[in-house]
Amino acid sequence: MARYDRAITVFSPDGHLFQVEYALEAVRKGNAAVGVRGADTVVLAVEKKSTPKLQDSRSARKIVSLDNHIALACAGLKADARVLINKARIECQSHRLTLEDPVTVEYITRYIAGLQQKYTQSGGVRPFGLSTLIVGFDPYTRIPYLYQTDPSGTFSAWKANATGRNSNSIREFLEKNYKESSGPETVKLAIRALLEVVESGGKNIEVAVMTREEGGLRQLEEAEIDAIVAEIEAEKAAAEAAKKGPSKET
Amino acid sequence: MKSSHQPSQSWPLVAGLPGAQETIYSFFSPSFVTLSYFSFFFSLNPFSRFDYFKSLKMKLDTSGFETSMPMIGFGSSSDMLDGFSTVPSFDLPRTTDFDGFQKEAVQMVKPAKGTTTLAFIFKEGVMVAADSRASMGGYISSQSVKKIIEINPYMLGTMAGGAADCQFWHRNLGIKCRLHELANKRRISVSGASKLLANMLYSYRGMGLSVGTMIAGWDETGPGLYYVDNEGGRLKGDRFSVGSGSPYAYGVLDSGYKFDMTVAEASELARRSIYHATFRDGASGGVASVYHVGPKGWTKLSGDDVGELHYHYYPVAPATAEQVMEEAAAE
Repeated sequence: MARYDRAITVFSPDGHLFQVEYALEAVRKGNAAVGVRGADTVVLAVEKKSTPKLQDSRSARKIVSLDNHIALACAGLKADARVLINKARIECQSHRLTLEDPVTVEYITRYIAGLQQKYTQSGGVRPFGLSTLIVGFDPYTRIPYLYQTDPSGTFSAWKANATGRNSNSIREFLEKNYKESSGPETVKLAIRALLEVVESGGKNIEVAVMTREEGGLRQLEEAEIDAIVAEIEAEKAAAEAAKKGPSKET
Repeated sequence: MKSSHQPSQSWPLVAGLPGAQETIYSFFSPSFVTLSYFSFFFSLNPFSRFDYFKSLKMKLDTSGFETSMPMIGFGSSSDMLDGFSTVPSFDLPRTTDFDGFQKEAVQMVKPAKGTTTLAFIFKEGVMVAADSRASMGGYISSQSVKKIIEINPYMLGTMAGGAADCQFWHRNLGIKCRLHELANKRRISVSGASKLLANMLYSYRGMGLSVGTMIAGWDETGPGLYYVDNEGGRLKGDRFSVGSGSPYAYGVLDSGYKFDMTVAEASELARRSIYHATFRDGASGGVASVYHVGPKGWTKLSGDDVGELHYHYYPVAPATAEQVMEEAAAE
């Protein structure tokens, strides 16, 4: 008991917080997750490990909504995610109650990041082992946002980002191929990015879309995802053929 | 309007149940002595009723100002000397009928709200008007009280009830609004601001606060007007008048109100309503101030002494004797 009140997260001699860095390692082992912000659409796409035959896939949703206009996807320890998501949902409603306004995306991101930070500076607790991607539209202004938080408690806004397994290669792909897009183009970009590291196919990807007009989170059906994946493959094949074509002629 | 008036009886009430003003000021000023005085005055007697209330407390946003949520720590006097950031908890007086005692305490402070304030929404925004008299029973303590409080450049609050309560809580609300702006990079809405005030007042319910205020402002959704009182009630509306002179003001306001008024017409209607209330109500008088809240914030339109307004509306005809003499002189 004497050692229980010592903070788990302490500084190392060269200024690192090793627990936080280990938490980031846990994130790197988690499922790949991609978020893309378009002009009027925001998309979250998460890698889905193959579900066992007897498991009800709907109970293991990886993309959740925090409120009507905010959605969250995460990479890392899923049990930690549940706790964080519940707290964030309560905060969204509490904000509605006291301020008579829905939360802005930045506010709830700041809250989640604040929670993650608190657990790096308290005694007897370990940091949350997850990074989150938070998308949504601000109330009234209806501007789309994509934010990322990590176990250290920092957050920042992005045009497109990835976290989890192989997030570096996905991010490189996004940097090369990102351009301002809207509607289905945004969805396609997100899926293309995720397909860089995930086996192709609708049953390995979970995709959710939020548009400015509709509001609300829409999870894409497997069939829809398959269709988009097929489109992407076709485009890729056409691009390959175009590359090979001219050289054949000469 | 009633200014704070402490009855000079040596009754436990006076010292034991401090007027809300004292409670609040005592935790603001580092008067350590004040805190300990209250803790030792009464013996400990926790009531389970208040534990029930504690569990009922909704999760309020205290991020802007931690001390706004008073933990009514009856019986937890060990936390008393824990630093000045917590509201001092005081021990309950020993009595068989606490509810009756509380009722009497509230009656003693008597939120009579001698004043006239009004506000209404119209096409061009919100018009806010008030008188400026403060009274203590039959004594007029001031004719020049500022009853329209500028919370921030786009929001106004009106004052009715205890002067100290209204001034303090509006200033406190201004702080919270500013903190919200800084944290969220956008202005707080009128409904949000009025909700913050209502929640703060609700947590002091039954402790003798006397506040009947209207929050008027302009936010992203357009003009907003809310009535908030010391019971913690909050009403959204188009037209409100608060105070002892409000029946008279309502009479004039309701009969002359049209949504499609110009700013000039609306300000004249507001001024006339206040004037008529001050004419008939003894607790209202002084100067009728009129403010307008538009998309770019509030502006003060006029501040006329109601005595002069009386002769402006009802000029005195020259006496007949003088007229005859003039005619004679002309001939």
